[in-house]
Amino acid sequence: MPDLSAYRFTTTHEWVKREGEAEALVGITDHAQSQLGDVIFLELPKVGTTLAAGARFGAVESVKAASDLYSPVEGEVVAVNQEVSSAPELVNQDPHGRGWLIRIRVAGDLPAELLDSAAYDSFAQADSH
Amino acid sequence: MSEGAKQVPLDRAHRAQGGQMVPFAGYSMPLHYGSIRGEHLAVRERAGLFDVSHMGEVNVTGRGALGFLQELVTNDVSRLGPGRALYTVMCRPDGGVVDDLLVYQLEDGYLCVINAARHDVDLDWMRQHLSGHDAEIEDVSAETVLLAVQGPAAKEIVQSLSPGAELESIRYYHHRPGEVGGVESRISRTGYTGEDGFELYARAADADSLWSELLEAGVPHGLVPAGLGARDTLRLEAGFRLYGQDIDEAHDPLSAGLGWVVKPAKGAFLGREALARAALSPPQGFVGLKLGPREIPRHGHPIFQESRRVGEVTSGSFGFTLGAGLAMGYVDPGSSSPGTELRIQLRADPPQWAVAPVVALPFYKRPGS
Repeated sequence: MPDLSAYRFTTTHEWVKREGEAEALVGITDHAQSQLGDVIFLELPKVGTTLAAGARFGAVESVKAASDLYSPVEGEVVAVNQEVSSAPELVNQDPHGRGWLIRIRVAGDLPAELLDSAAYDSFAQADSH
Repeated sequence: MSEGAKQVPLDRAHRAQGGQMVPFAGYSMPLHYGSIRGEHLAVRERAGLFDVSHMGEVNVTGRGALGFLQELVTNDVSRLGPGRALYTVMCRPDGGVVDDLLVYQLEDGYLCVINAARHDVDLDWMRQHLSGHDAEIEDVSAETVLLAVQGPAAKEIVQSLSPGAELESIRYYHHRPGEVGGVESRISRTGYTGEDGFELYARAADADSLWSELLEAGVPHGLVPAGLGARDTLRLEAGFRLYGQDIDEAHDPLSAGLGWVVKPAKGAFLGREALARAALSPPQGFVGLKLGPREIPRHGHPIFQESRRVGEVTSGSFGFTLGAGLAMGYVDPGSSSPGTELRIQLRADPPQWAVAPVVALPFYKRPGS
Protein backbone atom coordinates (compact mmCIF):
# COMPACT_ATOMS: atom_id res chain seq x y z
CA MET A 1 0.00 0.00 0.00
CA PRO A 2 1.47 3.39 -0.96
CA ASP A 3 2.02 6.19 1.56
CA LEU A 4 -1.40 7.80 1.86
CA SER A 5 -0.49 10.60 4.26
CA ALA A 6 -0.87 13.20 1.51
CA TYR A 7 -4.27 11.83 0.44
CA ARG A 8 -7.66 13.01 1.60
CA PHE A 9 -10.88 11.06 1.32
CA THR A 10 -14.62 11.49 0.91
CA THR A 11 -17.40 9.47 2.48
CA THR A 12 -18.33 8.46 -1.07
CA HIS A 13 -14.99 6.67 -1.44
CA GLU A 14 -13.04 9.04 -3.64
CA TRP A 15 -9.55 10.30 -2.81
CA VAL A 16 -7.85 13.56 -3.70
CA LYS A 17 -4.13 14.38 -3.63
CA ARG A 18 -2.57 17.77 -4.23
CA GLU A 19 -0.08 17.96 -7.07
CA GLY A 20 1.96 21.11 -6.78
CA GLU A 21 0.41 24.50 -5.99
CA ALA A 22 -2.71 24.51 -8.04
CA GLU A 23 -3.67 21.00 -9.09
CA ALA A 24 -4.93 17.77 -7.57
CA LEU A 25 -5.50 14.18 -8.71
CA VAL A 26 -8.75 12.35 -7.97
CA GLY A 27 -9.50 8.64 -7.96
CA ILE A 28 -11.44 5.96 -6.10
CA THR A 29 -10.15 4.18 -3.02
CA ASP A 30 -8.89 0.66 -2.57
CA HIS A 31 -12.00 -0.05 -0.48
CA ALA A 32 -14.19 1.14 -3.35
CA GLN A 33 -12.45 -0.94 -6.01
CA SER A 34 -12.62 -3.99 -3.78
CA GLN A 35 -16.35 -3.53 -3.22
CA LEU A 36 -16.99 -2.94 -6.92
CA GLY A 37 -14.96 -5.83 -8.26
CA ASP A 38 -13.47 -5.82 -11.75
CA VAL A 39 -13.96 -2.40 -13.35
CA ILE A 40 -15.24 -2.75 -16.89
CA PHE A 41 -15.45 0.88 -17.96
CA LEU A 42 -15.52 4.42 -16.67
CA GLU A 43 -17.57 7.41 -17.68
CA LEU A 44 -15.34 10.45 -17.15
CA PRO A 45 -15.84 14.19 -17.86
CA LYS A 46 -14.32 16.19 -20.66
CA VAL A 47 -11.29 18.41 -20.09
CA GLY A 48 -12.53 21.90 -19.31
CA THR A 49 -15.53 20.76 -17.27
CA THR A 50 -16.10 22.79 -14.10
CA LEU A 51 -16.99 20.83 -11.03
CA ALA A 52 -18.46 21.88 -7.70
CA ALA A 53 -17.37 20.04 -4.57
CA GLY A 54 -19.67 17.05 -4.18
CA ALA A 55 -20.87 17.17 -7.78
CA ARG A 56 -21.26 13.98 -9.79
CA PHE A 57 -18.41 13.85 -12.31
CA GLY A 58 -18.92 10.43 -13.83
CA ALA A 59 -19.50 6.74 -13.13
CA VAL A 60 -17.64 3.47 -12.78
CA GLU A 61 -19.22 0.26 -13.96
CA SER A 62 -18.16 -3.18 -12.78
CA VAL A 63 -19.45 -6.73 -13.14
CA LYS A 64 -21.36 -6.17 -9.91
CA ALA A 65 -22.82 -2.66 -10.22
CA ALA A 66 -22.66 0.86 -11.57
CA SER A 67 -21.53 3.55 -9.16
CA ASP A 68 -21.52 7.33 -9.50
CA LEU A 69 -18.38 9.36 -8.86
CA TYR A 70 -18.43 12.60 -6.84
CA SER A 71 -15.79 15.31 -6.90
CA PRO A 72 -14.04 15.91 -3.58
CA VAL A 73 -13.14 19.47 -4.59
CA GLU A 74 -14.24 22.43 -6.63
CA GLY A 75 -12.25 23.08 -9.77
CA GLU A 76 -11.74 22.60 -13.48
CA VAL A 77 -10.84 19.31 -15.10
CA VAL A 78 -7.45 19.74 -16.82
CA ALA A 79 -6.69 16.10 -17.61
CA VAL A 80 -8.44 12.73 -17.82
CA ASN A 81 -6.50 9.47 -17.40
CA GLN A 82 -6.50 7.90 -20.88
CA GLU A 83 -4.77 4.74 -19.63
CA VAL A 84 -7.77 3.64 -17.58
CA SER A 85 -10.04 3.90 -20.60
CA SER A 86 -8.14 1.18 -22.41
CA ALA A 87 -7.11 -0.69 -19.25
CA PRO A 88 -9.84 -0.23 -16.65
CA GLU A 89 -8.28 -2.99 -14.54
CA LEU A 90 -5.67 -0.40 -13.47
CA VAL A 91 -8.31 1.02 -11.17
CA ASN A 92 -8.46 -2.34 -9.39
CA GLN A 93 -4.72 -2.98 -9.48
CA ASP A 94 -3.41 0.46 -8.48
CA PRO A 95 -6.34 2.65 -7.36
CA HIS A 96 -4.18 5.26 -5.63
CA GLY A 97 -1.50 5.45 -8.33
CA ARG A 98 -1.83 4.56 -12.01
CA GLY A 99 -5.59 4.20 -11.55
CA TRP A 100 -6.09 7.97 -11.00
CA LEU A 101 -9.13 9.28 -12.87
CA ILE A 102 -8.99 13.07 -13.32
CA ARG A 103 -6.66 15.97 -12.64
CA ILE A 104 -8.33 19.14 -11.41
CA ARG A 105 -7.12 22.74 -11.18
CA VAL A 106 -8.11 23.78 -7.67
CA ALA A 107 -8.30 27.21 -6.10
CA GLY A 108 -7.46 27.49 -2.43
CA ASP A 109 -7.41 24.77 0.22
CA LEU A 110 -8.99 21.35 0.12
CA PRO A 111 -12.35 21.27 1.95
CA ALA A 112 -11.88 20.80 5.69
CA GLU A 113 -14.44 18.01 5.95
CA LEU A 114 -12.33 15.60 3.88
CA LEU A 115 -11.05 12.67 5.92
CA ASP A 116 -7.43 11.72 6.42
CA SER A 117 -6.30 8.15 5.81
CA ALA A 118 -6.94 6.89 9.35
CA ALA A 119 -10.38 8.47 9.58
CA TYR A 120 -11.31 7.11 6.17
CA ASP A 121 -10.19 3.59 7.12
CA SER A 122 -12.47 3.67 10.18
CA PHE A 123 -15.31 4.97 8.07
CA ALA A 124 -14.79 2.36 5.34
CA GLN A 125 -14.68 -0.51 7.82
CA ALA A 126 -17.99 0.56 9.33
CA ASP A 127 -19.51 0.99 5.87
CA SER A 128 -20.04 -2.58 4.73
CA HIS A 129 -22.24 -3.62 1.80
CA MET B 1 -18.43 -15.41 6.57
CA SER B 2 -22.20 -15.22 6.59
CA GLU B 3 -23.87 -16.39 9.73
CA GLY B 4 -25.24 -19.85 9.17
CA ALA B 5 -23.61 -20.30 5.77
CA LYS B 6 -22.46 -23.87 5.21
CA GLN B 7 -18.86 -24.58 4.36
CA VAL B 8 -17.70 -26.73 1.49
CA PRO B 9 -14.90 -29.20 2.29
CA LEU B 10 -12.34 -26.94 0.55
CA ASP B 11 -13.31 -23.81 2.49
CA ARG B 12 -9.88 -23.42 4.10
CA ALA B 13 -8.11 -24.03 0.81
CA HIS B 14 -10.13 -21.25 -0.85
CA ARG B 15 -9.29 -18.77 1.87
CA ALA B 16 -5.62 -19.76 1.72
CA GLN B 17 -5.68 -19.02 -2.04
CA GLY B 18 -7.08 -15.55 -1.40
CA GLY B 19 -10.66 -16.46 -2.20
CA GLN B 20 -13.15 -13.63 -1.69
CA MET B 21 -15.92 -15.62 0.00
CA VAL B 22 -19.57 -14.74 -0.55
CA PRO B 23 -22.84 -16.43 0.40
CA PHE B 24 -24.32 -18.52 -2.40
CA ALA B 25 -27.20 -20.98 -2.09
CA GLY B 26 -26.59 -21.25 1.63
CA TYR B 27 -22.86 -21.88 1.22
CA SER B 28 -19.81 -19.71 1.63
CA MET B 29 -18.20 -19.84 -1.82
CA PRO B 30 -15.31 -18.09 -3.54
CA LEU B 31 -16.54 -15.33 -5.85
CA HIS B 32 -13.01 -14.87 -7.14
CA TYR B 33 -9.39 -15.14 -6.03
CA GLY B 34 -8.35 -11.67 -7.17
CA SER B 35 -9.97 -10.88 -10.48
CA ILE B 36 -13.04 -12.20 -12.27
CA ARG B 37 -11.66 -10.85 -15.55
CA GLY B 38 -8.30 -12.57 -14.99
CA GLU B 39 -9.91 -15.90 -14.15
CA HIS B 40 -12.35 -15.72 -17.08
CA LEU B 41 -9.55 -15.04 -19.57
CA ALA B 42 -7.35 -17.73 -18.00
CA VAL B 43 -10.05 -20.34 -18.59
CA ARG B 44 -10.39 -19.41 -22.28
CA GLU B 45 -6.62 -19.18 -22.84
CA ARG B 46 -5.19 -21.82 -20.50
CA ALA B 47 -7.21 -23.43 -17.70
CA GLY B 48 -9.18 -22.72 -14.56
CA LEU B 49 -10.00 -24.89 -11.55
CA PHE B 50 -13.47 -24.49 -10.05
CA ASP B 51 -14.83 -25.96 -6.84
CA VAL B 52 -18.53 -26.59 -7.38
CA SER B 53 -18.97 -28.93 -4.43
CA HIS B 54 -22.02 -26.99 -3.32
CA MET B 55 -23.98 -28.78 -6.03
CA GLY B 56 -26.03 -31.82 -5.11
CA GLU B 57 -25.50 -35.45 -6.09
CA VAL B 58 -28.29 -38.01 -5.80
CA ASN B 59 -27.87 -41.71 -6.58
CA VAL B 60 -30.87 -43.54 -8.07
CA THR B 61 -30.82 -47.33 -7.92
CA GLY B 62 -33.13 -50.31 -8.22
CA ARG B 63 -34.85 -52.19 -10.99
CA GLY B 64 -37.29 -49.33 -11.46
CA ALA B 65 -34.64 -46.59 -11.56
CA LEU B 66 -34.96 -45.99 -15.31
CA GLY B 67 -38.75 -45.90 -15.14
CA PHE B 68 -38.61 -43.44 -12.25
CA LEU B 69 -36.18 -41.12 -14.05
CA GLN B 70 -38.18 -41.32 -17.29
CA GLU B 71 -41.23 -40.04 -15.41
CA LEU B 72 -39.23 -37.36 -13.64
CA VAL B 73 -37.26 -35.74 -16.47
CA THR B 74 -38.11 -34.54 -19.97
CA ASN B 75 -35.14 -36.03 -21.82
CA ASP B 76 -34.91 -39.68 -22.82
CA VAL B 77 -32.78 -41.45 -20.21
CA SER B 78 -33.11 -44.79 -22.05
CA ARG B 79 -30.75 -43.45 -24.73
CA LEU B 80 -27.88 -43.45 -22.26
CA GLY B 81 -25.75 -46.46 -21.56
CA PRO B 82 -23.13 -46.93 -18.86
CA GLY B 83 -20.54 -44.18 -19.31
CA ARG B 84 -22.87 -41.57 -20.78
CA ALA B 85 -24.62 -38.53 -19.36
CA LEU B 86 -27.31 -36.12 -20.51
CA TYR B 87 -28.58 -32.65 -19.69
CA THR B 88 -32.27 -32.31 -18.94
CA VAL B 89 -34.89 -30.47 -16.94
CA MET B 90 -37.57 -31.81 -14.66
CA CYS B 91 -40.95 -30.14 -14.88
CA ARG B 92 -44.10 -29.70 -12.87
CA PRO B 93 -47.33 -30.95 -14.42
CA ASP B 94 -48.01 -27.37 -15.57
CA GLY B 95 -44.70 -27.37 -17.49
CA GLY B 96 -42.79 -25.08 -15.12
CA VAL B 97 -39.16 -26.08 -14.55
CA VAL B 98 -38.31 -27.51 -11.15
CA ASP B 99 -34.57 -27.68 -11.94
CA ASP B 100 -32.08 -28.40 -14.67
CA LEU B 101 -29.70 -31.28 -14.02
CA LEU B 102 -27.29 -33.81 -15.43
CA VAL B 103 -28.23 -37.48 -15.36
CA TYR B 104 -25.37 -39.98 -15.52
CA GLN B 105 -25.81 -43.68 -16.20
CA LEU B 106 -23.27 -45.45 -14.01
CA GLU B 107 -22.04 -49.00 -14.11
CA ASP B 108 -24.87 -49.74 -11.68
CA GLY B 109 -27.68 -47.22 -11.33
CA TYR B 110 -27.80 -43.48 -12.08
CA LEU B 111 -26.45 -40.24 -10.67
CA CYS B 112 -28.38 -36.96 -10.78
CA VAL B 113 -26.44 -33.71 -10.35
CA ILE B 114 -28.65 -30.85 -9.22
CA ASN B 115 -28.27 -27.15 -8.43
CA ALA B 116 -27.27 -26.21 -4.90
CA ALA B 117 -30.04 -23.65 -4.61
CA ARG B 118 -32.64 -26.31 -5.46
CA HIS B 119 -31.21 -29.12 -3.35
CA ASP B 120 -34.02 -29.41 -0.80
CA VAL B 121 -36.80 -28.70 -3.32
CA ASP B 122 -35.44 -31.32 -5.72
CA LEU B 123 -35.06 -34.01 -3.07
CA ASP B 124 -38.64 -33.42 -1.90
CA TRP B 125 -39.86 -33.51 -5.47
CA MET B 126 -38.03 -36.75 -6.23
CA ARG B 127 -39.27 -38.40 -3.04
CA GLN B 128 -42.82 -37.33 -3.80
CA HIS B 129 -42.74 -39.09 -7.14
CA LEU B 130 -40.87 -42.22 -6.06
CA SER B 131 -43.92 -44.21 -4.99
CA GLY B 132 -44.99 -46.80 -7.49
CA HIS B 133 -41.41 -47.23 -8.70
CA ASP B 134 -39.13 -50.03 -7.52
CA ALA B 135 -36.27 -47.60 -6.94
CA GLU B 136 -34.31 -45.92 -4.17
CA ILE B 137 -32.74 -42.48 -4.03
CA GLU B 138 -29.74 -41.60 -1.91
CA ASP B 139 -28.51 -38.06 -1.33
CA VAL B 140 -24.70 -38.27 -1.43
CA SER B 141 -24.08 -34.52 -1.70
CA ALA B 142 -22.37 -34.14 1.66
CA GLU B 143 -19.87 -36.91 0.92
CA THR B 144 -19.07 -35.72 -2.62
CA VAL B 145 -16.87 -32.95 -3.95
CA LEU B 146 -16.99 -31.75 -7.54
CA LEU B 147 -14.00 -30.01 -9.11
CA ALA B 148 -14.08 -28.70 -12.66
CA VAL B 149 -10.92 -28.22 -14.73
CA GLN B 150 -11.85 -26.13 -17.76
CA GLY B 151 -9.87 -24.70 -20.66
CA PRO B 152 -7.66 -25.73 -23.59
CA ALA B 153 -5.00 -27.07 -21.19
CA ALA B 154 -7.49 -28.99 -19.02
CA LYS B 155 -7.02 -32.33 -20.70
CA GLU B 156 -3.22 -32.22 -20.45
CA ILE B 157 -3.41 -31.27 -16.80
CA VAL B 158 -5.81 -34.05 -15.80
CA GLN B 159 -3.98 -36.54 -18.05
CA SER B 160 -0.71 -35.82 -16.29
CA LEU B 161 -2.35 -37.01 -13.07
CA SER B 162 -3.93 -40.09 -14.68
CA PRO B 163 -1.12 -41.88 -16.48
CA GLY B 164 -3.11 -45.10 -16.78
CA ALA B 165 -6.19 -43.54 -18.35
CA GLU B 166 -6.46 -42.38 -21.93
CA LEU B 167 -8.57 -39.29 -21.47
CA GLU B 168 -8.95 -38.37 -25.13
CA SER B 169 -11.17 -41.42 -25.48
CA ILE B 170 -13.69 -39.92 -23.05
CA ARG B 171 -15.93 -38.02 -25.44
CA TYR B 172 -18.08 -35.04 -24.56
CA TYR B 173 -20.86 -36.03 -22.13
CA HIS B 174 -19.14 -39.34 -21.43
CA HIS B 175 -17.54 -40.38 -18.16
CA ARG B 176 -15.71 -43.14 -16.41
CA PRO B 177 -14.20 -43.95 -13.03
CA GLY B 178 -10.48 -43.42 -12.71
CA GLU B 179 -7.69 -42.20 -10.49
CA VAL B 180 -6.60 -38.60 -10.63
CA GLY B 181 -3.49 -37.82 -8.59
CA GLY B 182 -4.08 -41.09 -6.78
CA VAL B 183 -7.61 -40.00 -5.84
CA GLU B 184 -10.52 -42.21 -6.89
CA SER B 185 -12.78 -40.08 -9.07
CA ARG B 186 -15.46 -40.14 -11.69
CA ILE B 187 -13.97 -38.34 -14.66
CA SER B 188 -16.66 -36.60 -16.70
CA ARG B 189 -16.11 -34.69 -19.92
CA THR B 190 -18.61 -31.99 -19.12
CA GLY B 191 -18.55 -28.39 -18.02
CA TYR B 192 -20.31 -25.05 -17.78
CA THR B 193 -17.82 -22.72 -19.47
CA GLY B 194 -17.94 -23.45 -23.19
CA GLU B 195 -14.35 -24.74 -23.13
CA ASP B 196 -13.08 -28.32 -23.21
CA GLY B 197 -12.65 -29.76 -19.76
CA PHE B 198 -13.42 -32.32 -17.13
CA GLU B 199 -15.57 -32.42 -14.05
CA LEU B 200 -14.21 -34.69 -11.34
CA TYR B 201 -16.46 -36.24 -8.71
CA ALA B 202 -14.58 -37.49 -5.66
CA ARG B 203 -15.08 -38.27 -1.99
CA ALA B 204 -15.16 -35.25 0.29
CA ALA B 205 -12.40 -36.83 2.39
CA ASP B 206 -10.08 -36.63 -0.64
CA ALA B 207 -10.92 -33.01 -1.47
CA ASP B 208 -7.75 -31.29 -0.24
CA SER B 209 -5.57 -33.90 -1.88
CA LEU B 210 -7.27 -33.67 -5.28
CA TRP B 211 -7.38 -29.86 -5.18
CA SER B 212 -3.68 -29.46 -4.43
CA GLU B 213 -2.66 -32.18 -6.92
CA LEU B 214 -4.55 -30.36 -9.66
CA LEU B 215 -3.12 -26.95 -8.76
CA GLU B 216 0.40 -28.34 -8.76
CA ALA B 217 -0.03 -30.25 -12.01
CA GLY B 218 -1.49 -27.08 -13.50
CA VAL B 219 1.48 -24.83 -12.72
CA PRO B 220 3.38 -25.42 -16.00
CA HIS B 221 0.10 -24.87 -17.88
CA GLY B 222 -0.89 -21.63 -16.22
CA LEU B 223 -3.87 -23.11 -14.35
CA VAL B 224 -5.51 -20.74 -11.88
CA PRO B 225 -8.24 -21.28 -9.32
CA ALA B 226 -11.44 -19.65 -10.60
CA GLY B 227 -14.54 -18.60 -8.69
CA LEU B 228 -18.26 -18.18 -9.18
CA GLY B 229 -17.86 -14.75 -10.75
CA ALA B 230 -15.89 -16.11 -13.71
CA ARG B 231 -18.15 -19.15 -13.83
CA ASP B 232 -21.06 -16.79 -14.46
CA THR B 233 -19.41 -14.64 -17.13
CA LEU B 234 -18.10 -17.74 -18.92
CA ARG B 235 -21.44 -19.57 -18.96
CA LEU B 236 -23.20 -16.43 -20.16
CA GLU B 237 -20.87 -16.16 -23.16
CA ALA B 238 -21.59 -19.84 -23.83
CA GLY B 239 -25.36 -19.26 -23.66
CA PHE B 240 -25.92 -21.67 -20.77
CA ARG B 241 -29.05 -21.06 -18.71
CA LEU B 242 -28.81 -20.55 -14.97
CA TYR B 243 -31.63 -21.86 -12.80
CA GLY B 244 -33.18 -19.07 -10.78
CA GLN B 245 -32.28 -16.49 -13.42
CA ASP B 246 -33.13 -17.87 -16.86
CA ILE B 247 -35.26 -20.83 -15.89
CA ASP B 248 -37.69 -21.28 -13.03
CA GLU B 249 -41.09 -22.66 -12.19
CA ALA B 250 -42.80 -19.78 -13.98
CA HIS B 251 -41.34 -20.72 -17.36
CA ASP B 252 -41.54 -23.87 -19.47
CA PRO B 253 -38.42 -25.27 -21.15
CA LEU B 254 -39.72 -24.57 -24.66
CA SER B 255 -40.03 -20.86 -23.92
CA ALA B 256 -36.48 -21.06 -22.55
CA GLY B 257 -35.20 -22.41 -25.86
CA LEU B 258 -34.56 -25.84 -24.32
CA GLY B 259 -36.96 -27.79 -26.52
CA TRP B 260 -34.07 -30.04 -27.47
CA VAL B 261 -34.15 -31.69 -24.02
CA VAL B 262 -37.87 -32.44 -24.27
CA LYS B 263 -38.57 -35.84 -25.86
CA PRO B 264 -42.32 -36.53 -25.80
CA ALA B 265 -41.87 -39.59 -28.03
CA LYS B 266 -40.21 -41.46 -25.15
CA GLY B 267 -43.52 -41.82 -23.28
CA ALA B 268 -45.25 -40.22 -20.31
CA PHE B 269 -43.39 -37.80 -18.06
CA LEU B 270 -44.31 -35.00 -15.66
CA GLY B 271 -45.40 -31.98 -17.70
CA ARG B 272 -45.71 -33.81 -21.02
CA GLU B 273 -49.25 -32.63 -21.79
CA ALA B 274 -48.56 -29.03 -20.80
CA LEU B 275 -45.40 -29.00 -22.93
CA ALA B 276 -47.28 -30.45 -25.91
CA ARG B 277 -49.68 -27.49 -25.67
CA ALA B 278 -46.78 -25.06 -25.26
CA ALA B 279 -45.11 -26.55 -28.34
CA LEU B 280 -48.11 -25.55 -30.45
CA SER B 281 -48.02 -21.98 -29.19
CA PRO B 282 -45.00 -21.10 -27.07
CA PRO B 283 -45.90 -18.33 -24.64
CA GLN B 284 -42.47 -16.69 -25.01
CA GLY B 285 -39.21 -16.76 -26.88
CA PHE B 286 -35.70 -16.74 -25.40
CA VAL B 287 -33.19 -14.35 -26.91
CA GLY B 288 -29.56 -13.40 -26.79
CA LEU B 289 -28.59 -9.74 -27.12
CA LYS B 290 -25.03 -8.55 -27.65
CA LEU B 291 -24.53 -4.94 -26.60
CA GLY B 292 -21.60 -2.57 -26.86
CA PRO B 293 -18.40 -2.53 -24.81
CA ARG B 294 -19.78 0.18 -22.54
CA GLU B 295 -23.29 -1.19 -22.02
CA ILE B 296 -23.89 -3.71 -19.25
CA PRO B 297 -27.37 -5.19 -19.02
CA ARG B 298 -28.56 -6.71 -15.78
CA HIS B 299 -31.26 -9.05 -14.53
CA GLY B 300 -34.63 -7.31 -14.60
CA HIS B 301 -33.84 -4.66 -17.21
CA PRO B 302 -36.92 -4.21 -19.45
CA ILE B 303 -36.71 -5.05 -23.16
CA PHE B 304 -38.64 -3.02 -25.72
CA GLN B 305 -39.33 -3.30 -29.42
CA GLU B 306 -39.74 0.31 -30.50
CA SER B 307 -42.16 1.72 -27.96
CA ARG B 308 -43.68 -1.58 -26.84
CA ARG B 309 -42.35 -3.48 -23.83
CA VAL B 310 -41.86 -7.06 -24.98
CA GLY B 311 -39.87 -8.72 -22.22
CA GLU B 312 -37.03 -8.52 -19.75
CA VAL B 313 -33.43 -9.51 -19.15
CA THR B 314 -32.94 -12.65 -17.06
CA SER B 315 -29.14 -12.92 -17.30
CA GLY B 316 -27.06 -9.80 -17.90
CA SER B 317 -23.35 -9.19 -17.47
CA PHE B 318 -20.13 -8.51 -19.35
CA GLY B 319 -18.40 -11.03 -21.59
CA PHE B 320 -14.67 -10.51 -21.03
CA THR B 321 -13.70 -12.57 -24.08
CA LEU B 322 -16.15 -10.84 -26.39
CA GLY B 323 -15.62 -7.41 -24.83
CA ALA B 324 -19.35 -6.72 -24.84
CA GLY B 325 -22.31 -6.49 -22.53
CA LEU B 326 -24.42 -9.63 -22.95
CA ALA B 327 -28.05 -10.32 -22.13
CA MET B 328 -30.35 -13.30 -22.30
CA GLY B 329 -34.04 -13.01 -21.60
CA TYR B 330 -37.64 -13.74 -22.46
CA VAL B 331 -39.59 -11.74 -25.04
CA ASP B 332 -42.89 -12.06 -26.88
CA PRO B 333 -42.58 -14.85 -29.46
CA GLY B 334 -43.07 -12.34 -32.27
CA SER B 335 -40.00 -10.39 -31.15
CA SER B 336 -37.62 -13.31 -30.81
CA SER B 337 -36.24 -13.97 -34.30
CA PRO B 338 -32.52 -13.35 -34.82
CA GLY B 339 -32.04 -9.92 -36.36
CA THR B 340 -35.03 -8.32 -34.62
CA GLU B 341 -33.87 -4.97 -33.28
CA LEU B 342 -34.67 -4.57 -29.59
CA ARG B 343 -33.89 -1.94 -26.95
CA ILE B 344 -32.86 -2.58 -23.36
CA GLN B 345 -33.45 0.05 -20.72
CA LEU B 346 -30.24 0.08 -18.72
CA ARG B 347 -31.19 2.94 -16.48
CA ALA B 348 -34.47 4.63 -15.62
CA ASP B 349 -33.26 7.91 -14.17
CA PRO B 350 -31.74 9.40 -16.25
CA PRO B 351 -33.00 7.05 -18.99
CA GLN B 352 -30.26 5.11 -20.73
CA TRP B 353 -30.97 2.69 -23.56
CA ALA B 354 -28.96 0.11 -25.46
CA VAL B 355 -30.03 -0.98 -28.91
CA ALA B 356 -29.14 -4.48 -30.08
CA PRO B 357 -30.37 -7.07 -32.58
CA VAL B 358 -31.39 -10.52 -31.37
CA VAL B 359 -28.53 -12.94 -31.99
CA ALA B 360 -28.52 -16.74 -32.03
CA LEU B 361 -27.00 -18.33 -28.95
CA PRO B 362 -24.32 -19.09 -27.97
CA PHE B 363 -22.52 -15.77 -28.09
CA TYR B 364 -19.17 -17.58 -27.95
CA LYS B 365 -18.11 -20.88 -29.49
CA ARG B 366 -14.66 -22.21 -28.76
CA PRO B 367 -12.41 -22.50 -31.83
CA GLY B 368 -12.70 -25.84 -33.58
CA SER B 369 -16.06 -26.76 -32.08
